[in-house]
Amino acid sequence: MTEFLQHIINGLGLGAIYALIALGYTMVFGILQLINFAHGDVYMLGAFIGYYAGRYLGLANVPGLGSLGAALALAMLGAAVAGYLIERFAYRPLRKSPRINVLITAVGVSLLLEFGGQIIFGADPKFFPTLYVPGEPFMIGTLQMNRLQLLVLAISLVLMTGLRTIIFKTKTGRAMRAVSFNHDNAALMGIPVDRIISVTFMLGSALAGAAGILVGLTYPKIDPLMGVMFGLKAFVAAVVGGIGNVTGAVIGALLMGVAESLVIAYWASTYRDALAFGILILILLFKPAGLLGTHRQEKV
Amino acid sequence: MKFHSSFFTSVLLAAGTLVLAPGCNKSTQTGSTATDPANEIVIGEVGSLTGNEATFGTSTRDGIRLAIEQINQSGGIQNKKLRVVTMDNQGKPEEAATAVTKLITQDRVIAILGEVASSRSLAMAPIAQTNKVPMVTPSSTNPKVTQVGDYIFRVCFIDPFQGSVMAKFAHGTLKVKKAAILRDVKNDYSVGLANFFTETFKKLGGEVVVDQSYSAGDVDFKSQLTSIKTKEPEAIFVPGYYTEVGLIARQARELGIKAPLLGGDGWDSAKLTEIGGKALEGSYFSNHYSPDDTSEHVQKFIAAYKAKFGGVPDGLAAMGYDAAMVLADAMKRAKTLEKDDIREALANTKDFQGVTGRITIDHDRNAVKPAVVLEVKSGGFAYKETINPS
Repeated sequence: MTEFLQHIINGLGLGAIYALIALGYTMVFGILQLINFAHGDVYMLGAFIGYYAGRYLGLANVPGLGSLGAALALAMLGAAVAGYLIERFAYRPLRKSPRINVLITAVGVSLLLEFGGQIIFGADPKFFPTLYVPGEPFMIGTLQMNRLQLLVLAISLVLMTGLRTIIFKTKTGRAMRAVSFNHDNAALMGIPVDRIISVTFMLGSALAGAAGILVGLTYPKIDPLMGVMFGLKAFVAAVVGGIGNVTGAVIGALLMGVAESLVIAYWASTYRDALAFGILILILLFKPAGLLGTHRQEKV
Repeated sequence: MKFHSSFFTSVLLAAGTLVLAPGCNKSTQTGSTATDPANEIVIGEVGSLTGNEATFGTSTRDGIRLAIEQINQSGGIQNKKLRVVTMDNQGKPEEAATAVTKLITQDRVIAILGEVASSRSLAMAPIAQTNKVPMVTPSSTNPKVTQVGDYIFRVCFIDPFQGSVMAKFAHGTLKVKKAAILRDVKNDYSVGLANFFTETFKKLGGEVVVDQSYSAGDVDFKSQLTSIKTKEPEAIFVPGYYTEVGLIARQARELGIKAPLLGGDGWDSAKLTEIGGKALEGSYFSNHYSPDDTSEHVQKFIAAYKAKFGGVPDGLAAMGYDAAMVLADAMKRAKTLEKDDIREALANTKDFQGVTGRITIDHDRNAVKPAVVLEVKSGGFAYKETINPS
């Protein structure tokens, strides 16, 4: 039983990170009906910003919550800028084109970041600097709660609550929801649609940047292709939860983390990825709108 | 329902495109700068200069460069200079196959050095064999590699021996009775080592209490390690490559596992301790040579390597050096510089004094050599003991 609970805890830790990335997918989809495949690579950029900040700004010399906070802030800022640039120069010019054009562009941007990253950062895996030294693990009976895992979970929750507040409590958030309903109507109401879309991209990207740092802390090996698999998994999590739905993305991601953890524990690690995409296929077949997704009728 | 169908197509399309990520090949040249093709011998090298196991490729390349330079300085072979064309395969078997085809058909090399990883050597070997080009792998230890055909050689020991070395070490020196295994299922080398370890360890009276697996590229191993922890093994055999091993060690300690980790030559990289940090202290792995070896031959190699590249050569650099030297030695003994004669001479290699020990090629085209066990100690590797082939 303890072993089972331990697997659940491990899975939630993994799921919290998927959730941070999944939120970006779901927000952009909610507002533009676009699957931003470059999103996983923005997460990679976040990790590399943390890497360079730790190395060259001396953050790794004074590990602690302060350094971690500084690296998080830098990565979120850097990722937000990257998100803005991607939207401004790759997606905005295509706003009026068919959806498939934008989708292919997204894949193009993704490949550009991955292989551009290989040229700029180098293709070999880098060691992520130690920004925070966790103390002894918490023990509940024989259950191990790693402080790092708890910290990751806590940071994820804080960021997600922040996001919810922005979306549901602020004027910008109301504008975002309005744009996601209908671009033209929102524009008629005086909402600056382009600016709101930029803000959405920046918010989602900032969360992905934060995820990059958290992953670097937990699994200190980063490379330019690290976003491919994590990004795809997070995307599946967003679809499972109901793409476009913020709460759904978090639930989908946690489910995914726990499911993967249990598959490895009681079946075999080879089935991990098969499971993720198996779930995707099942959801698309039986509940195409996702667990929490609402069926949206298209108006003619 | 327009939304659904287009969404579905989008997902399928995007997934398809992501899988087809493009690759590219780069080649570099070392050795003779002479442009006269009549006065040079061109050999090819394929290695993982970038990718997950980048240090394997770069170390091997540096070892080969040093050997080629020394051979050329001492007059070359039959009055001809050696030139090496090096191709990167990004750590992918399919790229390794493309690279070796290019070397044979375009650069017209008369012999090939490479690869380190058995999976990639297995992708290259059939191509070399079909074209009857002798191929010498410095450090692919899976038995299947040289079984491809009579043109494929290696200068290192093979996995049945390497697996048994760690089993003997665990049982004899560490007095371990219960061992766990965590293998990389995508990797021929890792699976081979794990199987041979299990076989010998059971024969010696030990017990393998749990056998878990992962796939190269994974970053989360907590589920496997949690399952291993409940079985309370006294040692965990992780015959993988250094990037994953570093992460596995960290996560094992985070979960409170205190048992030492054991591994093979895939651990041999300075990056191992960079990624694993203190978590690896007191763990052991088998390797081809130890820089602590005081024999003149080894120390001369280390001094020359340090002078050229700075830093102590790892085992793979030593293997690269030996592979190039064995090939050069065979070329010197060969009747002509035709591929068949070089093959013949390679097969007759006997008692060649290499940095990694005396090399004799047996009738299966494998080298028979002792292995050393190294301990991870204060961020470096310390010599522990030598285990001879029985």
